[in-house]
Amino acid sequence: MNKIWLIIQREYTTRVKKKSFLLLTILGPMLMAGLFVFIAWLGMEETETQNIIVVDDQYPAFKTIKGDKNLNFEYGNFTLEEAKQMFTSSNYTAVLYLPENITYANTAILYFKKQPSLFSVKNIENSVEKIVEDLKLDLFKIDRKTFDKVNTNFHLNAVKFSESGNEKEIDLEKNAVGFVFGLFIYMFIFLYGVQVMRGVIEEKTNRIVEVIVCSVRPFQLMLGKIIGVAMVGFTQFIIWIILTLALYTIAFQVVMATQYGVDTIGPSSQISADLIGQMQNNPGFDSKMLLQQDNIINRINFPLMLSMFAFYFLGGYLLYSAMFAAIGSAVDSETDVQQFMLPVTLPLIAAYIISIFVIQNPDGPAAFWFSIIPFTSPIVMMTRLAVGIGDGGIPFWEVGLSMSLLIVTFFIIVWLASKIYNVGILMYGKKPSFKELLKWLKQAE
Amino acid sequence: MLLKVENISKSFSGHQALKDVSIEINQGEVFGLLGPNGAGKTTLIRIINQIIKQDSGSVFLNGNPISKKEIEKIGYLPEERGLYKKMTILDQSVYLAGLKGVSKKEAKIRLKAWLEKFELMPWVNKKVEDLSKGMQQKIQFIVTVLHEPKLLILDEPFSGFDPVNTNLIKQEILNLKQNGTTIIFSTHNMASVEEICEKIALINKSEKILSGSVEDVRKSYSKNEFTVGFEGNLIAFTNSLWTNFELVDKQQKGNLTIARVKSVNGSNLNKLAESIIPSVKLRFLEEKLPSMHDIFVQEVSEKKTQPKTDLYE
Repeated sequence: MNKIWLIIQREYTTRVKKKSFLLLTILGPMLMAGLFVFIAWLGMEETETQNIIVVDDQYPAFKTIKGDKNLNFEYGNFTLEEAKQMFTSSNYTAVLYLPENITYANTAILYFKKQPSLFSVKNIENSVEKIVEDLKLDLFKIDRKTFDKVNTNFHLNAVKFSESGNEKEIDLEKNAVGFVFGLFIYMFIFLYGVQVMRGVIEEKTNRIVEVIVCSVRPFQLMLGKIIGVAMVGFTQFIIWIILTLALYTIAFQVVMATQYGVDTIGPSSQISADLIGQMQNNPGFDSKMLLQQDNIINRINFPLMLSMFAFYFLGGYLLYSAMFAAIGSAVDSETDVQQFMLPVTLPLIAAYIISIFVIQNPDGPAAFWFSIIPFTSPIVMMTRLAVGIGDGGIPFWEVGLSMSLLIVTFFIIVWLASKIYNVGILMYGKKPSFKELLKWLKQAE
Repeated sequence: MLLKVENISKSFSGHQALKDVSIEINQGEVFGLLGPNGAGKTTLIRIINQIIKQDSGSVFLNGNPISKKEIEKIGYLPEERGLYKKMTILDQSVYLAGLKGVSKKEAKIRLKAWLEKFELMPWVNKKVEDLSKGMQQKIQFIVTVLHEPKLLILDEPFSGFDPVNTNLIKQEILNLKQNGTTIIFSTHNMASVEEICEKIALINKSEKILSGSVEDVRKSYSKNEFTVGFEGNLIAFTNSLWTNFELVDKQQKGNLTIARVKSVNGSNLNKLAESIIPSVKLRFLEEKLPSMHDIFVQEVSEKKTQPKTDLYE
C-alpha cells in the first residue's frame, strides 16, 4: 500500500510540476471566457454607422421608417437603378430594397458593400417588419390594439404523468444542464485516460518499467498511475471551478454595478465593465436574466447532481483509463495505438452523441439502455439525471442498476486490463494483434 | 547458499524458454550467467526477480522462498535500461530507492556519497535527459545499488560503456563483492567473465549445459596441451618427449622456440618438465587451458543440447 502511495505521489508531482499543466490550469478558464467574450463581441460590436438608401416600390408607404444612432435611413422616391448609382460613388453603406410585393412575399433585399453586423441586420429587419405589419393591418382594416390582443405566442408544456400521479414537466433546460455534466465526464475521460496511456508507453519505451516491476506488482503500478493521474485531473478541475466562480463573481458584480450604479468594482475589472456596458446598450441583451428566480441555476438539485457526478466521473474514468493503460502496455510507441484506440473511443463517442438526443427524449429506449450499459452510462445517465431521482424523475431501480453494473464492470475490466498489462509491459518489438491480446489474457495467471 | 534456483521451467505460448534449470550461488560470489542471445538468460533473471512466474520449480533467497519482501534485497540492472527522462537525479533516486523500502532521508545520504564518488554532485538537481550518456550510465548503476542489495543482478552491465566507465564500474562491482554482495553477471563478454567471475553457468537453448567454477570448467575442457618455451636443439627436444608427448606446433623467435605439445597418455606438466629439462634450456612452461570464449563457442555451436558435464552439482 505504501508503495502504491509512492507511485501515486510520483505520477502526481511530476505532472503537476510541468509548465504545461500550470499553463492549461490557469489559462484554461481564461481562454474559455475570452473565447465567449470574443464571440459575443463579434456579434455585437457596431463601430460603423450604417447609412442606408431605402428604395420603396410603394413610395411613400415606408415613410415612417426609423433608424437609431447607428442606423440612418435615407428615404426618398428612388428607383433601384438610381439608388445603386448613388450607392457606388458615395459613402452610403447599403441599399434596402423594399419590393412592391413585400406585404405578401414578406421579404426585402439589402445590398451592401461591407458585411453589416448581425445586430444591424436584425435592427433593419425589426424596423421593416413593424411597418409591414402596419400595412397589413390597414389592408384588413384591423387596428393595432385588436391585433395585439389577438396575436398569440403559443407554447406547449410537455408534462410527464408519473405512476404516483404526480406531474412533471419534461425539462429540456435541466437535461441540457445534465448534458454539460456528462460532457465534462467525456472530456475528462479522454484527456486523462490518454495521459494514463502515455504514461504507460513512456515507462515502456524508457525501459524503466522492468526495474519498477521488480519492486512492485504490475497491478500496483497500473493502479498507482491511474489514481495519480485522476488526482491531477481533480486538481485541475478544482482550480478551474474556483477560477470560473471567481470570474463569474467579478462579471456578476460588474452587471450589478452598471445596473444600479453601485461602484463595487476595482479598476482591474474595467475591461469587463466596458464590455458589459456595451451589452447594456444593446436591447437584445437582458442582464436581469441572470437574477431571475426561476433561473435554471436555481432549479437544479446540486447536491444530488454533484454526488452523482463524482460517482459517474470516477467510475467512468477508472473503467476507461484501465483500458487505456492496457492499450499503452500493448504497444511500443504512441504511433502504434491507433488500431487499439478505436474500440475504446467508439463507445465513448457514441455515448456523447446519444446524449445529445437524450436531451430531447430522456425516457426513450435509447436513453434507457445506454444509461444502463456501463461503457456509456457515465455520460448518458448524467444527461438524464438533472430531473432528479425517484418520483417524477428517473426510477431508483434504473439508477441503482446502472451504478452497480458500472462498479461490477469496472472490476472485471481492471482485472482483464491488468492481465494484458502484466504481459504487455515486458513485450517489445512486434506489434500485437487483437488475437494476441486474447492470448495474453489466457497466458497470465 | 544465498540463491538457490531449483528445476525452473517456463514456456511462453508453446515456446519453451527454460527447461529444468537449476543454479546455486554462495554469498559473496560473482556468478557468470552465460549464454547466446535468446538462450533464456533474461527469462531466468526475470523469474528470480519474480517479474514473471515460473511454470514449475522454485527460487530460494537466503533459504526462503522468494517473495516481494525478499526481492527488495535484489538490485537489478536490466540489459535494456532506462530512467525517467523528465525526473531529476535526486527525485528519481529517492523514488526508486523508496520502492525498495529505503527511507527518503537514508536514500539522500547514500545518493550523496555515490554522487561524490562519481563526481556527479553538481548534477543532482538536473533532469536525466540533460545528462550525457556516460553520466546516465553511472546514474543507472547508482540507482541499482542504492538500496544496498544483497544480490546484484547485472544483465550485460558494460554494453555501451566506454573503456573508462567500464573500468570504473568494474571496480565498483569488485568493491561491492569485497563488502559481501553477491553478484550475478549475465554477459557474452567472455574476457570479463574470466576476469571477475568465480563460477559460471552456461545456458543454451533453454537448458543449462555447463556449470562450475571458471577454473574447473577450463580444466575440464583442457586438451592436455602445453606450451614450452626453450633454447636449444629442436631434435633433442623432440627426442626427449618420448612416447608421452607429441609436438603439435612450433614457432621460432630468434633463439627461442615456442612449442605446443600434447600429452598422449595423460602425462602431466611435471612429467613434461622432467623429460625435457635434461635436453634443452627451459625458458617457460605452462598448461594451455582453453579460454572461456573457446568453450562458449564450442558448446553453443554444438548441435546437441544434452548436458555434457556438470562439475558443479
